[in-house]
Amino acid sequence: MDNRPVLLDVENLQTHFRTMDGVNRAVDGVSFSVRSGETLAIVGESGCGKSVTAMSILRLIPEPPGKIAGAIRFGGRDLLKLSDREMRQIRGNEISMIFQEPMTSLNPVLTVGRQIGETLRLHQGMSAGKAEERAVEMLRLVGIPEPGRRVREYPHQLSGGMRQRVMIAIALACNPKLLIADEPTTALDVTIQAQILDLMRDLKTSVGAAIVLITHDLGVVAEVAERVVVMYAGKKVEEAPVGELFRRPKHPYTQGLLGSVPRLGSSLTGETTRLAEIPGLVPSLKQKIPGCVFASRCPKATDFCVAVAPALEPKAPAHVAACHYAEKEAA
Amino acid sequence: MWAYIVRRILATIPVMAVVALFVFSLLYLAPGDPAAVIAGDQATPEDVERIRASLGLDRPYLVRFGEWVWNIARGDLGISIFTNLPVSTMIAQRVEPTLSLCLVTLLLAISVAVPLGVVAAWKQGTLIDRAVMGFAVLGFSVPVFVVGYLLAYVFALELDWFPVQGYTPFSEGFLPWIENLVLPAIALGAVYIALIARITRATMLEVLSQDYIRTARAKGANQASILFLHALKNAAVPIVTVVGIGLALLIGGAVVTESVFAIPGLGRLTVDAILRRDYPVIQGVVLLFSFVYVLVNLLIDLLYTLFDPRIRY
Repeated sequence: MDNRPVLLDVENLQTHFRTMDGVNRAVDGVSFSVRSGETLAIVGESGCGKSVTAMSILRLIPEPPGKIAGAIRFGGRDLLKLSDREMRQIRGNEISMIFQEPMTSLNPVLTVGRQIGETLRLHQGMSAGKAEERAVEMLRLVGIPEPGRRVREYPHQLSGGMRQRVMIAIALACNPKLLIADEPTTALDVTIQAQILDLMRDLKTSVGAAIVLITHDLGVVAEVAERVVVMYAGKKVEEAPVGELFRRPKHPYTQGLLGSVPRLGSSLTGETTRLAEIPGLVPSLKQKIPGCVFASRCPKATDFCVAVAPALEPKAPAHVAACHYAEKEAA
Repeated sequence: MWAYIVRRILATIPVMAVVALFVFSLLYLAPGDPAAVIAGDQATPEDVERIRASLGLDRPYLVRFGEWVWNIARGDLGISIFTNLPVSTMIAQRVEPTLSLCLVTLLLAISVAVPLGVVAAWKQGTLIDRAVMGFAVLGFSVPVFVVGYLLAYVFALELDWFPVQGYTPFSEGFLPWIENLVLPAIALGAVYIALIARITRATMLEVLSQDYIRTARAKGANQASILFLHALKNAAVPIVTVVGIGLALLIGGAVVTESVFAIPGLGRLTVDAILRRDYPVIQGVVLLFSFVYVLVNLLIDLLYTLFDPRIRY
């Protein structure tokens, strides 16, 4: 068993948005925890609430119209009970975040050095000169050539991959305990994706930060995650160690996700299997669904599934899923 | 950069030439005859004709235009028909009050309007936002002279906080100088404040929804730093543009404001010159205003590079 201490404990997280036509339950009762130094992946298709979950941890959801409830315990404190000032001391310092769009996530009118230095000046009280020196070091650490020159450049002078490296440098500048990466490689070329993932893995071992990786890319999950949470329609439907999940997915949705991954070289071996897809669309999050959220698209769904919501229950060691019909294995 | 500046300054020459042609032609076509005004009610047609000849107004249009342009090129704006003083001297005497009024109004407008717009955008949809926008509509729709007389009535006549009208030169001290300018600057600045506040709010709303603002928040930056460093610098280009365009409003408004508050500036000089058909003075002042406007626009274009590193010349 994993005996690293629990760093982040999210319990019954509910992030709702009030809109003109009802309440949108973007995240509806999600619980998970992350241990120190662990890499947890949260996967799911677009609109399943995984990004909102990530933003909720740092309380970056505008309130109103958003409303975050539940408990987010980090280092013994419930982040949802902190004042704005206390929360600002955690952001970028103990918990930092990398976003999906490196092209738009950096401020176009401030130099790269200023943007990296900002967190250092905010959280470590560094002088402007010292912060810039450290920014140069950070740029070198994330593998940007000529850091002394780049530090004075603006984001538009950098490529997409370099910008994401800068984002990582910003995120890691204060040696955070937890790094939340929201689709960090989605907007990048495949070769750059691999480089960025390698970089994140290297830095994770040297800095020792835990990572919450939000992604829809199962290839990325297989490569870097230790444990996986699968989300669907604002709910957690399955959680398991990464190997276990890929070998023995319990929830029909997870099975569908894994089945929809194209396999390289399958046409060479003569297999002409059609790429599996999950029929239908994610249900609207504005109505409360009494039964299983996946029932409308599930091949195994029965009337019982539509009527009664399945609870998350252990199906194997360290493996939970919310499905009435997933078989249980003896512990 | 320097090549760009030199190119832009050279480009003002044809612009000014066109302006000069327009100014001259408009006055040529406008009804009214300075000779008749000078001659008075009792004059015979012969008297008027004699005065017209002495002023050189009987010569052909192109000859007069050519001579005027040639003199301007040598730095001579001509001589007033009425005071017989050189136009450049008359302008020089009147420049300080107008320059003071415009500068104070500009500073007041920017320092009031930009924070108002920023706060309105930050607190979008709240009472503060609606109050600012309501004020902006008011600022747009109430004419300068109404605001001017209202201010003079309340703050000068009733409360006696400021002088009713007049102007004290800067050389007689800062306090008397600024005292006389507060009310005119507010009256003149109302439209300007409304304009800048609106564009600031609109631009800030757009900027605040950008990804890099979320990044700033995720870094733990406080609200003031997010609004005034991360957001405002990105919103600066449209704001600076409107400040420049608004300067035309300011020059137009200064003419009215100077009349309301009896400030002996260029605006008053213009109005008086128009009433007396003092062509050389009108031409000189309009030419000066146009030149200032062209220069300000150049300055604004250069300011862009200061706020946005992506803009390079």
